[in-house]
Amino acid sequence: MSLPIVDAVNEQYDSSTEPLLQIRDLEVGFQTQRGIVPAVRGVDLTLYPGQTLAIVGESGSGKSTTAQSIIDLLPGTGKVTGGQILFEGRDLTTLSAREIQEVRGNLIGYVPQDPMSNLNPVWSIGFQVEEAIKANNIAQGKEARLRTIQVLQEAGLSDAGDRLKQFPHQFSGGMRQRVLIGIGLSSRPKLLIADEPTSALDVTVQRQILDHLATLTRDYGTSVLFITHDLGLAAERAEQLVVMYQGKVVESGPSQEILANPQHPYTQRLVAAAPSLASRRIQAVKQNDSADTEIFAKGAIDTTLLERAAEREHAAPAKDLISVRNVSKVYRIRKQGFRTDELKAVNDVSFGVQKGTTTAIVGESGSGKSTVAKLLLQLESITSGTIEFDGQDIAGLRGSELLKFRRRVQPVFQDPYGSLDPQYSVGNTIAEPLLAHKVGSARERQTRVLELLDQVSLPASTRYRYPSELSGGQRQRIAIARALALKPDVLVLDEAVSALDVLVQGQILNLLTELQTELGLTYLFITHDLAVVRLVADNVCVMRKGQIIEAATTDEVFDNPRETYTQDLLAAIPGGNFEFGR
Amino acid sequence: MLWYAGKRILQMIPVFFGATFLIYFMVFSLPGDPIAALFGDRPPAPGVIAQIRAEYNLDKPFIVQYFLYIGGLFQGDLGTTYSGRPVSDVMASAFPITARLALLALVFEAFAGILVGLIAGLRKGKWFDASALVVSLLLISVPTFVIGFVLQYVFGIQLGWFRPTVSGDAPWSELVLPAIVLASVSFAYIVRLTRASVADNLNADFVRTATAKGLSRRRVVTVHVLRNSLVPVVTYLGVDLGSLMVGAIVTEGIFNINGVGGTVYRAVTLGEGPTVVSFIAVMVIVFVVANLLVDLLYAALDPRIRYAK
Repeated sequence: MSLPIVDAVNEQYDSSTEPLLQIRDLEVGFQTQRGIVPAVRGVDLTLYPGQTLAIVGESGSGKSTTAQSIIDLLPGTGKVTGGQILFEGRDLTTLSAREIQEVRGNLIGYVPQDPMSNLNPVWSIGFQVEEAIKANNIAQGKEARLRTIQVLQEAGLSDAGDRLKQFPHQFSGGMRQRVLIGIGLSSRPKLLIADEPTSALDVTVQRQILDHLATLTRDYGTSVLFITHDLGLAAERAEQLVVMYQGKVVESGPSQEILANPQHPYTQRLVAAAPSLASRRIQAVKQNDSADTEIFAKGAIDTTLLERAAEREHAAPAKDLISVRNVSKVYRIRKQGFRTDELKAVNDVSFGVQKGTTTAIVGESGSGKSTVAKLLLQLESITSGTIEFDGQDIAGLRGSELLKFRRRVQPVFQDPYGSLDPQYSVGNTIAEPLLAHKVGSARERQTRVLELLDQVSLPASTRYRYPSELSGGQRQRIAIARALALKPDVLVLDEAVSALDVLVQGQILNLLTELQTELGLTYLFITHDLAVVRLVADNVCVMRKGQIIEAATTDEVFDNPRETYTQDLLAAIPGGNFEFGR
Repeated sequence: MLWYAGKRILQMIPVFFGATFLIYFMVFSLPGDPIAALFGDRPPAPGVIAQIRAEYNLDKPFIVQYFLYIGGLFQGDLGTTYSGRPVSDVMASAFPITARLALLALVFEAFAGILVGLIAGLRKGKWFDASALVVSLLLISVPTFVIGFVLQYVFGIQLGWFRPTVSGDAPWSELVLPAIVLASVSFAYIVRLTRASVADNLNADFVRTATAKGLSRRRVVTVHVLRNSLVPVVTYLGVDLGSLMVGAIVTEGIFNINGVGGTVYRAVTLGEGPTVVSFIAVMVIVFVVANLLVDLLYAALDPRIRYAK
């Protein structure tokens, strides 16, 4: 299995004290009509052989740009404008196109972010792996095919031999990411650049894949440059951390040190906002009250949460606002010819939601959690069972009754890019539900829009802007404002914060909590992210394959999960084992 | 796949009857008396006209005429022209010429169009791209007959590289210039389509990954960019076969080619129902088959498309 090229490199590279990769004062800019816009402004980092180093930062911090500039993969007009990238003492920025092509794949492997878009849809999996093996001269002809199977098997596709001729769309996201990892490691590179390799995957799959990647790189002695926006994940996977903010390195050093004692204000905010740490924060506050909370910018969440929890303990158990009883949803899937298959997306699900509380429905993709939301919103019809809202069966609602129901139950969806009409100004977007339900005069609607913008902490001038001019967090605020326009009782939040960066996520969760206390809202919170659940939910239903397998209060689920599946989900939260900030 | 192809061939039956019926009806409704027109200024004896009318079934109602024609069709009789020549004879001489012309045009627009479009897409914003865009815009906006006359004059008469007109049996070599003229508009569209598609795919994630694998630029472009970019182009080529047939009428006129275009044009002006309908029916079949082939090719280019149902 040992490869001649790599062996040769190994021989001339024996003293391990010399760094494998050294980036000195790197500057990268993008050419625009108004001149060069800097994206990376003087980055330094050093990676030793066999080490794993993580670059952490939010989107737009320049972390991916830094990684891409190493092997000249910068998109569009991107260009290295200064500094050095020394790989085994050789400056990669000065290499010719042909020389850098020799380095790519061969000495430096690359695992990209999104497994859905990073494999060419028109070529088979086998072809795409074999091509990498041949290009780097690892093996040719028949041997290349055997090597392809071997690479895929090592990457965790045990039935690789039978699946070589299949195409990417026949593989799941996790499997595709395994293929990409296989490609990245196929020539046993000295360095692997993993650019958010698992952000597009479910949390349990994410853990499996990262564990596997760690095993492989350890076995091969490969150094890993790990790019992520998730501090918990970075801390768990890397010995060294580099925190980037607005194109600059704001802090670097050993992971444990940075997490335990963040120096830069940005890192402190990042540590505070990382939702995976929430469980620990809540308990910390419970134990020694307010002493620790001051260092967290978002400490306010905890106190409100606690107050609410205390209030609730005193309150007598009220009647359920929403009560879901034995609900099933069956889809017919058309198969070849005239046969159909039945898919039980939701199978005999029952739960109740009290007024003013938050119930989270948790599960992996495909578990049926979003279908429950659609049934509750009456966007899909129920196959069997009943859903009662405020004592009324919602299945029979028609015409004005249904309209009245919709006024009281409003959705917020995952993708703030997709759920806002790009041709509608923000003001019109927020006013639209008012118009649809014929609420107030034009002037009154304008007043309400301003009031709503204020409630979601956006300036009044936002109403003249268009979705494309706003950030993801701002868009999600607008989606929430739109949902609140009709003064509903219930918000159904379907993965409403999943697409957002941690800091923004923290802000939105904070906003939701404030709104709940202010307006007495009831939330149904659909998510795959247990860390977020801990932060906002009172009750949790864990769903798997269409059924609720565990339902209890949040504390019970987190402290004492009964089902192994729930335990797995909890164990898979990145950074769950770390002690942060103390 | 076979099931899909079979279903598509079955679909051709209603298309065939619908198209022939409509065209027959349109020719029938044309104003003027085709038989009277045959005799020009000197009107023949009324008995002669009636006899000719009976011979061509023109004295019967439209629907009867149509079914008599279809009946004949199934016995291998396509009818006769008013000059007494069997329609099958006319087709045998005209179709091969137009088929050669259309094929040459198709090959030219596909190869040259994809090549120019690819280079322009790879060098987006550079001078080659800019000039390709200007030239293609010119080709699209200037009518084909203007391009035809200009090329005929420059290359045929001034430079003498090609024969300005095509001889009776229209050999391949003489059809090159007419084919380029015929293909010019579609060539321009294909350049633009390929260019946009290539430029799009160049930014795709999987292209970056392919580069990161250590593949050469040439391989990345041919294997990962070009094939993905061909899907929309191939679709366009299939649809375009129809416009090549229509365009052939103008081009054949300019270069004096005795192909389908000229024949159909004359038959329409003479009101020769059977001739027009027979030619158009064949064109319809060619068009439908070409589109079927494109759909199958489409599935071969993009494995995500499967015609299972």
